[in-house]
Amino acid sequence: MAVGKEIRTKIASIKNTQKITRAMEKIAASRMRKTKDRMQATRPYSKKIARIIKHLAHANPEYKHSFLIKRDVKRVGIIVVSSDKGLCGGLNSNVFRKTLTHLSQWEKEGIDVDIATIGGKAAGFFSNLKANVVASSAKLGDAPHIQDIVGLIRIMLDSYNAGHIDELYVINNEFVNTMTQKPIIQQLLPVIACEIHTTLSGRHWDYIYEPDAKDILDHLLIRYVESIVYQGLVENNACEQAARMVAMKSASDNAGNLISELQLIYNKARQAAITQEISEIVAGAAAV
Amino acid sequence: MTMIVHVDIVSAEEEIYSGRAEMVFAPAEMGEVGITPRHAPLITKLKPGEVRVKIDNNETLHFYISGGLLEVQPHMVIILADTAIRSKDIDEAAALQAKARAEEALQDKSGKLDYAQAQAQLAQAVMQLKALDKLRKRGG
Repeated sequence: MAVGKEIRTKIASIKNTQKITRAMEKIAASRMRKTKDRMQATRPYSKKIARIIKHLAHANPEYKHSFLIKRDVKRVGIIVVSSDKGLCGGLNSNVFRKTLTHLSQWEKEGIDVDIATIGGKAAGFFSNLKANVVASSAKLGDAPHIQDIVGLIRIMLDSYNAGHIDELYVINNEFVNTMTQKPIIQQLLPVIACEIHTTLSGRHWDYIYEPDAKDILDHLLIRYVESIVYQGLVENNACEQAARMVAMKSASDNAGNLISELQLIYNKARQAAITQEISEIVAGAAAV
Repeated sequence: MTMIVHVDIVSAEEEIYSGRAEMVFAPAEMGEVGITPRHAPLITKLKPGEVRVKIDNNETLHFYISGGLLEVQPHMVIILADTAIRSKDIDEAAALQAKARAEEALQDKSGKLDYAQAQAQLAQAVMQLKALDKLRKRGG
């Protein structure tokens, strides 16, 4: 029967799409588990570094590293973390929107901005905006290595040391839970005072330093910044997979709804055609 | 009973080892050090080399690290390991690469229209439409 051929092909094509979105949902779910584990594995390192830095800053109050000193802000740097691929709901747009809010606020205050991008989407977005992108890093995959972002961080740190920028931020998605990811902005430099300069409890004691405390503090502060950016990156990866899973799930559900609606229309059309045919036959028989 | 010390070996990417040991050997910058329980607090940089964790007389674990930092407190030893060999030159080379990539991305837009760019333009258009919609509602 020729009835509703278009509807049938439409239904078949939506079914195919649904198969794809369902497969992507499953893949994202299994990847999310792995990226979440990776996110948790990075936490001890930065926590331990933060504790040592706190101790060092407390034990050597006379030595002020430039990373700990607040300056008048004329220019800021911001590291924007995004995903490489799309199809993950509003994940990247949320980060970009938050970044743009901050950019326009800085613009109002007459502060210039240097941007470093991690991930393909951020590179595309900000180069299109004609923003001042000074460094970028992309195609890092699910298991990024810290070497992949060292160069980018190095540019920002050098530019901070040279007095070119006076503050450094990182913006990425925070993994609240599987359903919720929200963009957060963190200040990297100068290292926030309240974190570092709180007094340590208990009696005072000090480490033996080899070769000397300043050297170690310099070394540690760089590693600290690197570890926070890296943490943002792996957290954003976990968010990407979670967001993709949810987006693909709702796409599959929508496809299901669409199919059942089309099926209903198809059935009605078929029934109408049959009724019409019967009435034509009956009318024809009556005429004879 | 022999005395033991808690050992954590962590890198920025993962936790490598966490457990107890009788003694830990690490390649410090000023020469290899051996840490026993109740060692005085110490912080030192590590060279690339081998870390040995002696769990008991029969068992010793070996880890290779590419530099890092050693923190010692009387009851625990923490090794913050670098995941790769780091030097000033390597870091600078990486920095140049990141910069080159940024410039490439900025110049690329002359040729093919990137998908991300198209998406960004779409987002802008949607925002403009929304603004228009709001104005229209206010007007009518």
